[in-house]
Amino acid sequence: MSVKERDPLTGHQTTGHEWNGITELNTRVPRAVWFFIAVTHIWALVYWVLMPAWPLVTTYTKGLLGYDDRTRVERQLMAANAQRADWTQALATLPAEDIRQDPALMARVAQTAPALFGDNCAACHGTNAAGGPGFPSLVDDAWLWGGDTATIMETLRVGINAPHPDSRSSQMLAFGETGILTRPQIRTVVNYVQSLSGRETQADAQQLAEGATIFAENCASCHGENAMGNQDIGAPNLTDDFWIYGGDDAAMFTTIDLGRQGWMPAWEGRLTTAERMALTIYIQDLGAEQGK
Amino acid sequence: MFRTLLGPFARFFEFHAKTHYRAERHSMALAGGILLAASIGGFIEIAPLFTIDDTVEAAPDMRLYTPLEQAGRDIYIREGCYACHSQMIRTLQDDVDRYGPYSLAAESKYDHPMLWGSKRTGPDLARVGEKYSDDWQVRHLADPRALVPESVMPQYAFLLDTPLETESLPGRLAALRAVGVPYSDAQIANAASDAFGQAMPDSDRAGGVLDRYGEETNLRIFDGRRDRLTEMDALVAYLQILGGLTDLAARTQPARGEN
Repeated sequence: MSVKERDPLTGHQTTGHEWNGITELNTRVPRAVWFFIAVTHIWALVYWVLMPAWPLVTTYTKGLLGYDDRTRVERQLMAANAQRADWTQALATLPAEDIRQDPALMARVAQTAPALFGDNCAACHGTNAAGGPGFPSLVDDAWLWGGDTATIMETLRVGINAPHPDSRSSQMLAFGETGILTRPQIRTVVNYVQSLSGRETQADAQQLAEGATIFAENCASCHGENAMGNQDIGAPNLTDDFWIYGGDDAAMFTTIDLGRQGWMPAWEGRLTTAERMALTIYIQDLGAEQGK
Repeated sequence: MFRTLLGPFARFFEFHAKTHYRAERHSMALAGGILLAASIGGFIEIAPLFTIDDTVEAAPDMRLYTPLEQAGRDIYIREGCYACHSQMIRTLQDDVDRYGPYSLAAESKYDHPMLWGSKRTGPDLARVGEKYSDDWQVRHLADPRALVPESVMPQYAFLLDTPLETESLPGRLAALRAVGVPYSDAQIANAASDAFGQAMPDSDRAGGVLDRYGEETNLRIFDGRRDRLTEMDALVAYLQILGGLTDLAARTQPARGEN
């Protein structure tokens, strides 16, 4: 440096700057600072060697450890899968009756199913699984496609009216919009269907008889002559007073006028077989508990 | 010990101090030096990503956003959905457990701007496509608490009554092409018509959408209203394709598969 002046009191060099006779000391950088600068530099050198670091135009130095976030998470998932394999394998392969008789497996179901249900099913079916307008209740013992294990498993796998190639499909025609039924006819058949589940209607016996005729000609092919529904095609039972879209006049009129087409997503690919089995057992038990 | 350790570098330190001393006395030289030092990080960490081959994975089955989905994406940005929802499943075990395969760079290579986000007041949406029905999405957007009582999401019911503006779609697609999204001339020219056709499967404009964007394209009345094309159609069409532009993630990440 060009300035070599020394401060007589401290013995330090000055910077050469002077303001009204006051000079600025050029004190040494504290040793601790040098020490930590040295440590960070050494750390950087070690890191360059061990970890992915330097770009080399079309590639980069991979580092001796070969560390990679993606590999790490894949390993973690594999390890977690292996750790859970004892019970996920059983859930995925055993028949439901065997799972039910194994308290250890049922404890796993009780542990995992509520979280799975909350994250995947509750958005539509509700946290209490009681459904809501447009989303069927899972606790009322009325099943559109059947409530046995195999059927629920299949419904979970392929969904209903979903983009899955094997999806179940079910569609109620728009009887009013397509001109099959007139508005008075729809009102008549609404009254008749309401009477089937014991709802009070204003219709007299003659109107109900007319409704029965309209029902037999238009609705019975799917819902059955006795209106008990058909689980092969997902046609609901109309006599049990459980309603997906509502059993009041307005809701039923809309249903018959514009038709309905529910949509349940397919869960294959999103949930594993074991997870779907846990959910199946969970919702079966949920229905049984609340049905009592 | 310290002195011996740093001893060999004494000349470097001396040179550094002298240069610095001189630079301090020339403002332009100092400004230039600061600029140089500050850009080192960018040159070493960011610039090489453009030349390194595996920055963006090869995804041959990657498809484009249709004009309707792109319009929905613009609404998603306009309404600030990204402020509460990320679109980035991180390489963390709990993220993958909950949301599915971690996000790949290729999956957002046609996203301008990207919407990865860093804050999750609501859940991540990177793979929400087809997880819920159109009907659920519409009703949830209109009144989130009707379906999820504990939700704090705002209501977007007005989207159902707001007609979708499609006039500007060709221009928007052309702008995306300028930054590298491979839209064809036909796709740009028919953008407004295709946006209508995708949400009106019974109309005569629907066929062109499949011709130009592939048979896999979702052709549906997204908002449940067959009388008009609304912003709700666009937003739901966009939400339903999230995570569905390519199968690459599911194919290359076996750990989350069937077991």
